[in-house]
Amino acid sequence: MIPAAFAYHRPTSVSAAIALLADLGEDARPLAGGHSLIPMMKLRLAVPQALIDLAGIAELRGIRRDADAVVIGATTTMADLIASDELASIIPIIRETALVIADPQVRARGTIGGNVANGDPGNDMPALMQCLGASYLIAGSAGSREVAARAFYQGTYLTSLRPGEVVTGVRIPLPPAGHGWAYEKLKRKVGDYATAAAGVVMAMQNGRVAQIAIGLTNVGDTPLFAEAAGTILTGSSLDATTVDRAVAAAEAITAPASDGRGPAEYRTKMAGVMLRRALARAASPAAAR
Amino acid sequence: MNDMTPTPEQRVEKLQGMGCRRKRVEDVRFTQGRGNYVDDMKLPGMLYGDFVRSSYAHARIKNIDASKAKALPGVIAVLTAADLAPLKLHWMPTLAGDVQMVLADGKVLFQNQEIAFVVANDRAVAADAAELVEVEYEELPPLVDPFKAMDPDAPVLREDLAGKTTGAHGARKHHNHIFEWEVGDREATDLAFRDAEVSIKELISYQRVHPSPLETCQCIASFDKVKGELTLWGTFQAPHVVRTVAAILSGIPEHKIHVISPDIGGGFGNKVGVYPGYVCSVVASIVTGKPVKWVEDRIENLSATSFARDYHMTTEIAATKAGKVTALRVHALADHGAFDACADPSKWPAGFFNIVTGSYDFPTAHCVVDGVYTNKAPGGVAYRCSFRVTEAAYCIERGMDILAAKLGMDPAELRLKNFVRREQFPYQSALGWEYDSGDYDTAMRQAMEKTGYTALRAEQKAKQDAFRRGETRELMGIGVSFFTEIVGAGPSKNCDILGIAMFDSCEIRIHPTGAAITRMGTKSQGQGHETTYAQIIATEIGIPADDIMVEEGNTDTAPYGLGTYGSRSTPVAGAAIATAARKVKAKAQMIAAYMMEVHHDDVEFDIDRFRVKGLPEKFKTMKEIAWAAYNSVPPGLEPGLEAVSYYDPPNMTYPFGAYICVMDIDVDTGVAKTRRFYALDDCGTRINPLIIEGQVHGGLTEAFAIAMGQEIAYDEIGNVKGASFMDYFLPTAVETPRWETDFTVTPSPHHPIGAKGVGESPNVGGVPAFSNAVNDAFAFLGNTHIQMPHDAWRVWQAARRLGA
Amino acid sequence: MAKTHVTMTVNGQSAEELVEPRTLLVHFLRETLGLTGTHIGCETSHCGACTVDFNGESVKSCTMFAVQAEGAQVLTIEGMANPDGTLHALQEGFREMHGLQCGFCTPGMIVRAYRLLQEIPNPTDDEIRMGISGNLCRCTGYQNIVAAIQFAAARLNTPAQQEQAA
Repeated sequence: MIPAAFAYHRPTSVSAAIALLADLGEDARPLAGGHSLIPMMKLRLAVPQALIDLAGIAELRGIRRDADAVVIGATTTMADLIASDELASIIPIIRETALVIADPQVRARGTIGGNVANGDPGNDMPALMQCLGASYLIAGSAGSREVAARAFYQGTYLTSLRPGEVVTGVRIPLPPAGHGWAYEKLKRKVGDYATAAAGVVMAMQNGRVAQIAIGLTNVGDTPLFAEAAGTILTGSSLDATTVDRAVAAAEAITAPASDGRGPAEYRTKMAGVMLRRALARAASPAAAR
Repeated sequence: MNDMTPTPEQRVEKLQGMGCRRKRVEDVRFTQGRGNYVDDMKLPGMLYGDFVRSSYAHARIKNIDASKAKALPGVIAVLTAADLAPLKLHWMPTLAGDVQMVLADGKVLFQNQEIAFVVANDRAVAADAAELVEVEYEELPPLVDPFKAMDPDAPVLREDLAGKTTGAHGARKHHNHIFEWEVGDREATDLAFRDAEVSIKELISYQRVHPSPLETCQCIASFDKVKGELTLWGTFQAPHVVRTVAAILSGIPEHKIHVISPDIGGGFGNKVGVYPGYVCSVVASIVTGKPVKWVEDRIENLSATSFARDYHMTTEIAATKAGKVTALRVHALADHGAFDACADPSKWPAGFFNIVTGSYDFPTAHCVVDGVYTNKAPGGVAYRCSFRVTEAAYCIERGMDILAAKLGMDPAELRLKNFVRREQFPYQSALGWEYDSGDYDTAMRQAMEKTGYTALRAEQKAKQDAFRRGETRELMGIGVSFFTEIVGAGPSKNCDILGIAMFDSCEIRIHPTGAAITRMGTKSQGQGHETTYAQIIATEIGIPADDIMVEEGNTDTAPYGLGTYGSRSTPVAGAAIATAARKVKAKAQMIAAYMMEVHHDDVEFDIDRFRVKGLPEKFKTMKEIAWAAYNSVPPGLEPGLEAVSYYDPPNMTYPFGAYICVMDIDVDTGVAKTRRFYALDDCGTRINPLIIEGQVHGGLTEAFAIAMGQEIAYDEIGNVKGASFMDYFLPTAVETPRWETDFTVTPSPHHPIGAKGVGESPNVGGVPAFSNAVNDAFAFLGNTHIQMPHDAWRVWQAARRLGA
Repeated sequence: MAKTHVTMTVNGQSAEELVEPRTLLVHFLRETLGLTGTHIGCETSHCGACTVDFNGESVKSCTMFAVQAEGAQVLTIEGMANPDGTLHALQEGFREMHGLQCGFCTPGMIVRAYRLLQEIPNPTDDEIRMGISGNLCRCTGYQNIVAAIQFAAARLNTPAQQEQAA
């Protein structure tokens, strides 16, 4: 229940945060919403010696729109994402996904930066960001860089982040107007991580799939970008046979843990079911949504 | 009569007595954050205790090195079994006649078992110090499967019982065997099975779960060295029993032990027994001379305090082809974990499992229960049920559905055909209980009518056809459950806890100005006794409930009682309240008669006063009588107006109910949605309908959770799984179904106010209703039994197995 | 570890204390400030018994450090009553509709419902259930809690109340 002791810092700029992380080394952790880190600290599964609270850095929180992308600051909360009508009109799948993450209190604190940077396979935003072709804006003492979400995850709690680096924002290219979308999440109850979840973003043209991107959550030790499944579906009319082949291809890349949510075999099959349902919803006409 | 004179209806209303939806007294403080729970209390100089717990399920303790912990500033002591041994407190007796380690003595027998107790001046320091205690283990082979517990080569768990071929409940067959309990007529039952036209046999398991109240177990022990007195505040559902046990264990005389249960944040059976945390806190307080607080966290609560259920019941029912049951035969394997810490009345090692004939008229039955040890947390307790009654009800209700499927009969029809009939009450069951009253047929038919049962079955048939045609991937299940449960432990002739008979008590004292204070031997953990007990007295004596202060939980002032669990408060304490109230009323009658200068037979009680028979305008109100009690009582009577009653119930009570659950199951994911849940309860006389409904909602929600996903499981090497709220299924408001409640009233003939108790009925009847619904959905595909819990993945696997 | 100075406003009153950085906000409220109405039911951030209102949002005070609350406005159950001392409509509603039994989840539930009704003044049954999905109850089965919140919503939305608020 009680974490081990640590020193607390609350810088007011990104550069100050980076400097602290560089100074204090790997025993220091950035603190955003804290709803992944603090529970782990209370169980003493994480014992950082210092926390760098990012809440005092105003520039890290907010949603802004470029010509061809939306840029969301790392400490923007799930509640902020849900509340933004503008964001909901441009990239509606973000609000839908945020609403199935955790519960209202957790959403008031949990941030998009924390959700994408932690490397926890249970988090929903990573697969969604892969679906959306997003990239992460990263800052460190060696400077800033940008890494595609599809290239960011290596394993459980293993990402491309180098020591002392912190995600400062997420850049999401604007999906085409009128695009189809759905995030379908199977869970035991509100607040649970996914038994399996599938995100689909696609564009149809003349009754055929022109573009499609599929992401799977919590059925591997990283989020899974189902590239092969997407390729199979591209150019199809989402006919039953092609969908079956795509589902099989998606299931084939899964390697879920067996846990209270079910044995691996079940969770793989549920990834398939979630994908089917996400495809069906994504394909339904915009007016019906 | 003029406009100013209250009518009889208005006078009754003012009393807020039995039958009305009186708003709860407790709510005033709870809604303002002014409850007084154990962890809210702070005493000067108070220290904090925290446990070091075992990483392994079965291991020898080679060494415990507490030196680093002791060196941490703020750490006062680190207690191990070696420190408790001289006080003979390293082991303690359980309520089931076994003994249990307080701190690991040479070995550990379940994961998270208590090894050492760290005492520090600060909660955080205690947590830091617990991390610094180093334990050296030598792993031993773990025993996790109860079905293997009595294998010839099964590991030896209880070395302390080596050579003991007899336990508290008779002969032991094996080093991991605890007891064998047998009841019924083996010969007649075996004969009935031999000659049966139809029979079913199924292994029906009720998985291990945990009551998980929202507040964990906690206590503050404060030993006053100067006075030689111990004060112990704690989450105790049975504070007097804790005091007596504490006196016996500690050697401190009972009159110098003050046990107080303040507000308790839910009990559900979790807080009946005595846990190592309480004992260690007491010892630490004696050793340090300071108060010591112990508050367990949730993982500790779920993995180390007492579990519930874990009964594996091989169930057989014999019947005629026409569907009349002729015999019931059950063998239950009971997994008690490392120590038998069952909180049953002492003569009942398997609780009242012999209620397993349920609501049905079995001519003969035979039942055997074998208890075994495994490397799991000790127990089990009655999690919102009377002792082992949920297990029994689940067994028979599933069994009847399995029989119905085999006979090709509707489950409700099979029940109607076999119910104990109204004219058979009081009914002697084949396994030894005398059911007090019941009208099962009426209740069942009311339930079927209110839910449109026939139409539901028609809809189900249509859906099954559509499923076969491939038009839908959803199956509909209808779960019927008609339970009879047995509560209100209990008559002294067969119910005692550690030798103390299971009566209960009430003391009432009326003040000169007509207000009153009353105390009972029970202890509410949310059941609303402060509200409902006053309602009983209000109706009996005619003093407004709002003028009656109800107190429980302070063992110095409350008369001795056996506490609140097993739905016993209304049947036993409620009866004591009525009888104490009637003693007060009898004296009030004499005072009134004396005041009005008539013979006491010439006055009669009328709502809130005594009036002269035939002269209604000549009366004395209870307020006037109260005042008179303190200045002008009849010659020969003492002043004052009070009474105490200790009530030894002549029998248990038998609440019953008819529940119908409608479920829609998505076969492709295994997710089951409860479309509708109708619950008809008969708890006899209804004291406060608002509170009864609340109890039913709560109990059904717990039943829903148990049936649909709750489980404390262990892997093959004894690691406990699901012991945090990440995995232990507690539904939120989103998953929880909406409840429809209904009732019939069949008063208990032997209870002074005819009340039976209701708190646990919904858990007893609810679990079979949900489980029967899931099973029923697949019956048309040939399903006989799908084991609980009905997690989505298990339902999905069953669906696949059945070819769905 | 050295203590840090923290200042925040709790139930309208300024609180200034020295705390260890690792002190959880819930322990700060309960132990340092003596506001024991907010409860602890788990250590994995699931149960919501510790819910407080923090800068206009419902948060689980067991999953924040007191130092993170520097400069914040915190409302707990002890601050729910109206300025004139009468009970908040939610406190009345919970009593009226029997929305509590053991009382342990109640402070967190009421404080959460308070913010929910600010966000959605007239919530449907489903919206209420979603709204309180971060608060577990073991006693009531939620049905009367939903009714209690609907009672309060109706009370808060009467023209008289709205006039008062204007």
